[in-house]
Amino acid sequence: MNAATLMGLDEVLATFDPALGLEVHVELNTNTKMFCGCPAVFGGEPNSQVCPTCLGLPGAMPVVNAKAVEAAIRIGLALNCEIAEWCRFARKNYFYPDMPKNFQTSQYDEPIAFEGYMDVTIEGDDGEPEVFRVEIERAHMEEDTGKSLHVGGATGRIHGADFSLVDYNRAGIPLIEIVTKPIQGAGAKAPAIAKAYVAQLRELILALGVSDARMDQGSIRADVNLSLAPKGADKLGTRTETKNVNSLRSVQRAVIHEMQRHGAILAGGGSILQETRHWHEDTGVTTSGREKSDADDYRYFPEPDLVPVAPSREWVEELRATLPENPTEKRARLQIEWGFSDLDMRDTVGAGALGLVEETIAAGAAPQAARKWWLGELARRSNEDGVEIGALGVTPADVARVQALVEAKTINDKLARSVFEGIIAGEGTPDEVIEKRGLAMVSDDGALSAAVEAAIEANPDVADKIRDGKVAAAGALIGAVMKEMRGQADAGRVRELIIEKLT
Amino acid sequence: MPEITRDEVAHLADLARIDLSDAELDHLAPQLSVILESVASLSEVTSADVPPTSHALPLTNVFREDVVRPGLTAEQALAAAPASEQQRFMVPRILGDEQ
Repeated sequence: MNAATLMGLDEVLATFDPALGLEVHVELNTNTKMFCGCPAVFGGEPNSQVCPTCLGLPGAMPVVNAKAVEAAIRIGLALNCEIAEWCRFARKNYFYPDMPKNFQTSQYDEPIAFEGYMDVTIEGDDGEPEVFRVEIERAHMEEDTGKSLHVGGATGRIHGADFSLVDYNRAGIPLIEIVTKPIQGAGAKAPAIAKAYVAQLRELILALGVSDARMDQGSIRADVNLSLAPKGADKLGTRTETKNVNSLRSVQRAVIHEMQRHGAILAGGGSILQETRHWHEDTGVTTSGREKSDADDYRYFPEPDLVPVAPSREWVEELRATLPENPTEKRARLQIEWGFSDLDMRDTVGAGALGLVEETIAAGAAPQAARKWWLGELARRSNEDGVEIGALGVTPADVARVQALVEAKTINDKLARSVFEGIIAGEGTPDEVIEKRGLAMVSDDGALSAAVEAAIEANPDVADKIRDGKVAAAGALIGAVMKEMRGQADAGRVRELIIEKLT
Repeated sequence: MPEITRDEVAHLADLARIDLSDAELDHLAPQLSVILESVASLSEVTSADVPPTSHALPLTNVFREDVVRPGLTAEQALAAAPASEQQRFMVPRILGDEQ
């Protein structure tokens, strides 16, 4: 792989206007596939979730999954799209073993949703939020393809492989493809807009509850189209399409990389080949894929085996009524309700903990306390263990309970960390962990009092200082008592007892 | 109706993964032109206000509930495969790129 020559980003921006287009595929979380009743769950044994329809066996007839159409309409509505009154599926013909039918059932010139927009918030030049409207061209229904395993040659790579092994469990899982119009005039903000668009779209999909929306597992996949045109030109340049960019950070990186690569080629008098490109997560570069087929080459035609979809306006309005609050607006509302600073909010969202904090507050914790646990101890464990914060095994109810126990002085913050450790280790609820590990603080003044007296006796110099009015010296005695009590004491109460005894 | 050219037939054959010899291309191009002309004659009897028909039945919204139905076992699915390995369909080396 030859490293491409890159132009400095500032120079690119001084010479060219970038145009950006994003295609995002969302794998729906329906129970069954798009056109057959096979389970659509992830991770089954190879070829255990297949039937004559998704294997493309002769005579098998597809039937549309109502739930997938519903999800498509809800996504369309959430993106402010028009919903088609009548639309058809189409066959996209190509020969590739990931689709045993030799075509993918998709939609072509009649998408179910079209002409929408999403307002994307990025950080403006002045550090304040800036809203950029991304126009949505269409959202259409289609099906996912099978998964190929390339064997021999360079491991896992298609080129040089001796043969490939195909698993069709994923073939036929419902996909919604969401396509933006060319995003122009973004200039230096193009990479940030690309990232923010995919991030907000992901949040929206999660809020709609129509997909797991896991980029790392491929349930949301982004293709990044990019072209450069000389500054001020009224025609778009030739674009490349970088496929399957599978993290938010990479969306931004892929845009920057392609801007720099295009810039160097164009400035050197070359021209851009219209092609798909592969994104390499490890090195942050793209490499040439295939030359992009013209739509004509797919010989699209209306799918004869599926009758048109004509959602009644009543149905569309019923679905509109089920739309959740727009996540961006909801976030603004919650920030005010919780009294969070912009930074608090950004950190919470960035940690993927917004929903968890929200539920913890709903379970009775104060907003700052909820934030403290999720972004502190639990975010730390999530990073250390490489586990998503929501998958640690600690529920919002657990966090609210731990906080309540801290406030009731049953445990302190330090013991609370131990409680979380126990919950993550599967030792049960907060109360069960406290019981099993014997973590409750000693609230018995008699025991505390004895420990305080022992500490005074062992540290006569410190005790004298406190008697002389140097109350700050009490810290050393508190430390000694806490050590004696193995941390299971309320430091505030210990301090009170020390001062009571020495003054 | 423009004629279908030999190059177009060669391109279509390539897309359909059909290996045609030069002689076959020479032979097929004019034949396909005749077929297209015949089909085009339909446009003489229809007027602009007749919508094209893609489906024989005047039905819409034929849907299925999102309920799992039994399919094939992996063994059944692979029974007719020319070759399989690791419970997967084995296919020859793929030369093209993913679509």
